[in-house]
Amino acid sequence: MNRNTRTNLATYLKDGLRYDGRKPTDFRDITIETDITRSAEGSARVRIGKTEVIAGVKLAVQKPYPDRPDEGTMMVNAELRPLASPQFETGPPGDWATELARVVDRGIRESKLIDTATLCITPGELVWNVMIDLVSINDDGNLLDAAGLAALAALKTTKLPGLKDKMVDYEHRTNDKLPISDAEPLPITVFSVDGHQFIDPTYEEEDAYDARLTIATNKKGELCALQKGGEGPLSIDEIDKMVHLAVDKAQEVRKKLPR
Amino acid sequence: MAYPKRFDGRAWDEPRPMEAKVGVVPRADGSAMFRIGNTVAIAAVYGPRDLHPKFMQNPETGILRCDYNMLPFSGHGDRVKPGGGRRAREIGMVMENAIRPVIDLKDYPNTVVDVFVDLPQTDAGTRCAAITAAAMALADAGIEMKELPAAVAVGRVSDKFVVDLNYDEEAHEDGAADIPVAMLPRSGKVTLLQMDGDIQPADLKKVLQMAHKAIIKINEVQKAALKARFADK
Amino acid sequence: MTETIHIKDKTIAVPGETLAEGMSVLPGAGTYRDGDAIVCSRLGLASVEDKVIKIVPMSGVYTPKLGDHIIGKVTDILLSGWRVETRSPYSAVMNTKDAVTDFIPRGANLAEYFALGDHIVIKIVNITSQHLVDVTMKGPGLMKLQGGRIVEVSAAKVPRIVGRDGSMIQMIKDATGCEIIPGQNGWIWIKGKPQGEILAIEAMRAIEREAHLPGLTERMKAWLTQHAKR
Repeated sequence: MNRNTRTNLATYLKDGLRYDGRKPTDFRDITIETDITRSAEGSARVRIGKTEVIAGVKLAVQKPYPDRPDEGTMMVNAELRPLASPQFETGPPGDWATELARVVDRGIRESKLIDTATLCITPGELVWNVMIDLVSINDDGNLLDAAGLAALAALKTTKLPGLKDKMVDYEHRTNDKLPISDAEPLPITVFSVDGHQFIDPTYEEEDAYDARLTIATNKKGELCALQKGGEGPLSIDEIDKMVHLAVDKAQEVRKKLPR
Repeated sequence: MAYPKRFDGRAWDEPRPMEAKVGVVPRADGSAMFRIGNTVAIAAVYGPRDLHPKFMQNPETGILRCDYNMLPFSGHGDRVKPGGGRRAREIGMVMENAIRPVIDLKDYPNTVVDVFVDLPQTDAGTRCAAITAAAMALADAGIEMKELPAAVAVGRVSDKFVVDLNYDEEAHEDGAADIPVAMLPRSGKVTLLQMDGDIQPADLKKVLQMAHKAIIKINEVQKAALKARFADK
Repeated sequence: MTETIHIKDKTIAVPGETLAEGMSVLPGAGTYRDGDAIVCSRLGLASVEDKVIKIVPMSGVYTPKLGDHIIGKVTDILLSGWRVETRSPYSAVMNTKDAVTDFIPRGANLAEYFALGDHIVIKIVNITSQHLVDVTMKGPGLMKLQGGRIVEVSAAKVPRIVGRDGSMIQMIKDATGCEIIPGQNGWIWIKGKPQGEILAIEAMRAIEREAHLPGLTERMKAWLTQHAKR
């Protein structure tokens, strides 16, 4: 954390401004494209300002776990590749990549966007395994929100591959969509500097926060995941404000999703 | 069975449709996207920059380091487990060898120029697309280069000699030879040459000449993309 | 002697491109001779003047040069000085004797003078063959920076942002009411009211984008006049 940036940013926020002239509760321009790679069963590219994240969904089949014979599986993995920022390194996912993946995962799982019971093909024998990979292409701040949005957009447009003799036939995709609910979970991360709250930081602003709180909500505005980060503590009132802000912003962002 | 006509209707010496764009990763010092057919490569360059670990530093010159990475959802079938593995490491090495002849980093001792290439979608010719994208990204980063290397896979599919094999051609039931070639378009010198499959010695020269022609076309795409980077909007 | 110049002045040239032919044409920076031809070796704007062709870079990391005035960031406290990041592949060292005019007693806590993360305006006074860089803060215009904001621009574009005799940067200062100190390494310090800082940065980004297009000075003058009224 850069002390000088923090002091300066606090001055901006007091004036209701951001480093790039936005208001503290403004998102940068958001674009969402789906089906951006043919190799994946579902995919999406999200741009928030200059931040770019790609989400890819791959489906496979496997035997279910013996203690959950009629449930499929789902996993979320994040690759913060050194391609996207001088601060990322090659190698297995670090702390930030792990945290990002797990928070996005919780939003999807707890909102029941994916109900693993619906992923059962033949109980005790064959279930779907949904693998979601989130990849950073350019890090200009707020990767988590971009990744959560990309995952949702990719899942909404994922089509099941064909099945032949209990094996996936990737050459022949069906027209059946992956069974998901209409929960539309979205993580929105609210940052705090000197008591001022803001969303969607650029990477410059991300260098300066005291605390952050990621709040995932579903379409009904119910909370389905929470994650606090940063070293600064938050009061209950602050958390309450952040949650309400996140609920509103998530509804705004949902309007941009493909139907 | 022979191969009377290409699966996608192309001429024997015709590369797939191409697209290139420079500056796609703003955080990087230089970057480029290159698409050929259904293979897409995104390259980002950082450097010259400080090199760690220290024991890798070369006091006489900066070094070029290439990292090739297929994204988990980019394969033709199953998900590709992240982590690269030996194939990715080998491709990184041949990429370095393909590009090094045009770069001189003696003015930057103890530093590294890192090239990262990620592929979100693949349909054969991946290392060639990676090299072609990397060349543009290095130029975008202001690295001094004698010229822009470009690469394409040539070879044999059944009884025909072709340029730019796609995945289905590589897997032709009659057998194929997949020969990735990187060349310097001005000098016509080869900086990458590998082969999977088999071919008669006399035919190798023929396919390399086909490669040279195709690489000159690919080089035109690279040049246009670099110039378009600064076009008046 | 015959010569042909293929590249037009102030157009973009790419590595490997043949810029000219003929032994009477001379290869300047960013080009090399290949037999009869002059070939581009670096992406940039071609400059054709008399018989010399050179390339003005549009990109590239900063390379420390003797005498440059840069903005550095303190990254480490050493036994008798500080390590300073220069936004290049090579970090710099500032000795205590080059830091301030006051006498710093031996054993003093150097962090009290310059702490990690502090930004300082310094001058490069020595570069060894191994690219070790020495800097000093003793001299006019050199100092520790307090407050304000550091903007990152491409080092190649700093001359355009400064302008001839500092004319462009003065225009920005007047229109935005900001103090501005440019570092030749692409770090630029600005300090003013938030609105002024934002405007100054927008102006610099515009210059970065359009540095190679003609009529930039006029466009910036008009843009700044218009926006300063806000």
